[in-house]
Amino acid sequence: MNEKNKEQVIDKNINKVLEDNSDLKEIINDIDYKYGFVTDVENVYDTGKGLNEDVVKKISNYKNEPDWMLDLRLKAYSHFKKAKDPKWGPDLSDINYDEYTYYIKSSKAVEKSWDDVPKEIKDTFDKIGIPEAEKKYLAGVSTQFESEVVYHNNLKELEDLGVIFCDTDTAVKKYPDLVKKYFGKIVPYSDNKFAALNTAVWSGGSFIYVPKGVKVEKPLQSYFRINSELMGQFERTLIIVDEGASVHYVEGCTAPIYSKDSLHAAVVEIFIHKNASCRYSTVQNWSNNIVNLVTKRAICYDNALMEWIDGNVGSALNMKYPACVLAGNGAKGVTISIAFASTNQYQDTGAKMIHLAPNTSSKIISKSICREGGVVNYRGKVKIGKEASHSNSHIECDTIILDNLSKSDTIPHNEVNNKTSRIEHEATVSKVSEDQLFYLMSRGIKKEDALQMIVMGFIEPFAKELPMEYAVELNRLIQLNMEGAIG
Amino acid sequence: MKLVIKDLHVNVETKENVENNKTTSIEILKGVNLELNTGEMHAIMGPNGTGKSTLASVIMGDPRYIVTQGEITLDGEDVLTMSVDERSRKGIFLAMQYPNEIQGITNSDFIKSAMQVRLGKDKHISLFKFIKEMEKSVSELKMNSDLPHRYINEGFSGGEKKRNEILQMKMLKPNFAILDEIDSGLDVDALKIVGENVDAMKGENFCSLIITHYQRLLDYINVDHVHIMVDGRIVLSGGKELIQKIDQEGYDWIKAELGIDPKINQEYLTRSVSLGSCALNTNNSEKK
Repeated sequence: MNEKNKEQVIDKNINKVLEDNSDLKEIINDIDYKYGFVTDVENVYDTGKGLNEDVVKKISNYKNEPDWMLDLRLKAYSHFKKAKDPKWGPDLSDINYDEYTYYIKSSKAVEKSWDDVPKEIKDTFDKIGIPEAEKKYLAGVSTQFESEVVYHNNLKELEDLGVIFCDTDTAVKKYPDLVKKYFGKIVPYSDNKFAALNTAVWSGGSFIYVPKGVKVEKPLQSYFRINSELMGQFERTLIIVDEGASVHYVEGCTAPIYSKDSLHAAVVEIFIHKNASCRYSTVQNWSNNIVNLVTKRAICYDNALMEWIDGNVGSALNMKYPACVLAGNGAKGVTISIAFASTNQYQDTGAKMIHLAPNTSSKIISKSICREGGVVNYRGKVKIGKEASHSNSHIECDTIILDNLSKSDTIPHNEVNNKTSRIEHEATVSKVSEDQLFYLMSRGIKKEDALQMIVMGFIEPFAKELPMEYAVELNRLIQLNMEGAIG
Repeated sequence: MKLVIKDLHVNVETKENVENNKTTSIEILKGVNLELNTGEMHAIMGPNGTGKSTLASVIMGDPRYIVTQGEITLDGEDVLTMSVDERSRKGIFLAMQYPNEIQGITNSDFIKSAMQVRLGKDKHISLFKFIKEMEKSVSELKMNSDLPHRYINEGFSGGEKKRNEILQMKMLKPNFAILDEIDSGLDVDALKIVGENVDAMKGENFCSLIITHYQRLLDYINVDHVHIMVDGRIVLSGGKELIQKIDQEGYDWIKAELGIDPKINQEYLTRSVSLGSCALNTNNSEKK
């Protein structure tokens, strides 16, 4: 089979195999959200509330996009109108799509240096500590503020390596061939309702291309932040790791609080070519009035490796199931995730591993915590196809329920379609053991701290995979979420 | 400092059967009196199932036990109303018979947190000093040097867990250390190491209450007070000579001399397997 045919077969398989994603129900908005500050930013341009063909055209027109992207948006929009909510998972029937603003532009151009970034926006970033983080660590910052990337700084060394790291809008203009080739190929708009919505109104997001053989050593990083009431956030991220290359991308987000609900429907597509590897780390901490319906999917060719390090702490309703399509011989997929649900939160998260080629392997480690009436579900799918001989998958789902008000379900869907492969699934659900609490307290540690230690220990397999500063931030978030957790 | 136990009565609730959720209360300690002063080394001996471990757990504040009568005071302060962590910060320490395993937290972080909480918010442990001290203690206990980086007791052998308890004691430097059958599960060499390390803690600010039913451990720890516990009471107190007597004659002579039947509380032993609902980890209950 030549490469082209092979890709077509794979594409067909993918479409057949993946039916997916996304979410929501009525949300509650009286949440004490610790990062709930609002910066007064003058919005430069917005499309007003509601969604119709005109809005889609306006967005495209405003962005000065080529016709092919407008066509794609319109096709996606017409699909979105027909598309139904997923038949499973949380009830999403209460989302009123006319209540959201689908595009807001807050800054006229992509700023090149920090000095050029408007002051209000800087103030917001200062509050979440971006400049410091950047100085220390970042190989490049692309910070999504409302719908548009306002600050983007590509370090020269990245450019020298031939790595492209920019916002996706810029990529459409500067690298149309690359974007055309990959955009919507692993997450087509027909995949699910929210992929269609995203494709119709997407804005911002990161575009990364790592050329053959280039290993990017420092993580590439971006912060996302929603800063306008009822504004949808529909970023589109596209990562291409060419043969033998490797990259680590870190996405972080915090969002201010608003009295109304906000909708977030991102799409992330990752292509990992032969012998290449990609790691995508994120700690999602949307404020607790946000509905987060995300489609994240990677395709791995021969001997490629994809790792999703996926933390879910925020949102009112979160549906996210990072997927790896293991399409090449020897490809490997890993998802390590945590989900933390507190009062008025519904985390429906998990992972998908679709094995389509021989000798593929996958691993899922999922850690769930719920307290104070939060609901946290693991929902996962592992499918080892007929062609995927000698493959294996290992799944571990552990849950801690901190009180009697909270709920958790494990909903795995595991399927092996050949005789040489196997899936191992382990699941535990536990309460915090009184004995463990007694043990820690008998050394002088206060009850709330002991409880926190046990929870931090529980999610340690996840935390240790994060870059240091994110691990520290996660720590702080969990601490905030655990306050008053003694029962 | 002075830790005084007066007329202590303690019950444990056991589930009669799982279906009807009915609980029965069984009295395990039936009036214990004991006075411990820093500078002294005490041992409590006695047959199985007479309440020695219960006494240890109650002093620390194990929530599975219910004090029905009597008092425990530390320099006159009521210990029974203190939370477990407060007792620890006031200087009470319990080396447990079945130490818990806790994933994801390293021994080093755990011990550091426990030391930090004693200093309060304004002072901080010097990291350098902490590491030095930890290394020294680990080597004195002849433990593997990777111990600080391992998770609390996770995957430890029985002997390693016991040594880890002693390590924590050395680092936290309590005033009153209760060692609950720290010798069980230790081989001859480990017994010597643990014994010598405990003995080395001796000093004017330290008091140890060593619970054991063999004299072996006491070959290495020089105790000055020995108490014999039978059926929920301390029936005899004396000096080192009691150790030898028990070693040679067992406990039968107690019956003859004191007119007390040192029978094991069979009822408690058979029921204790299903200790109260809090005892999620049944191997931590007092079954023997």
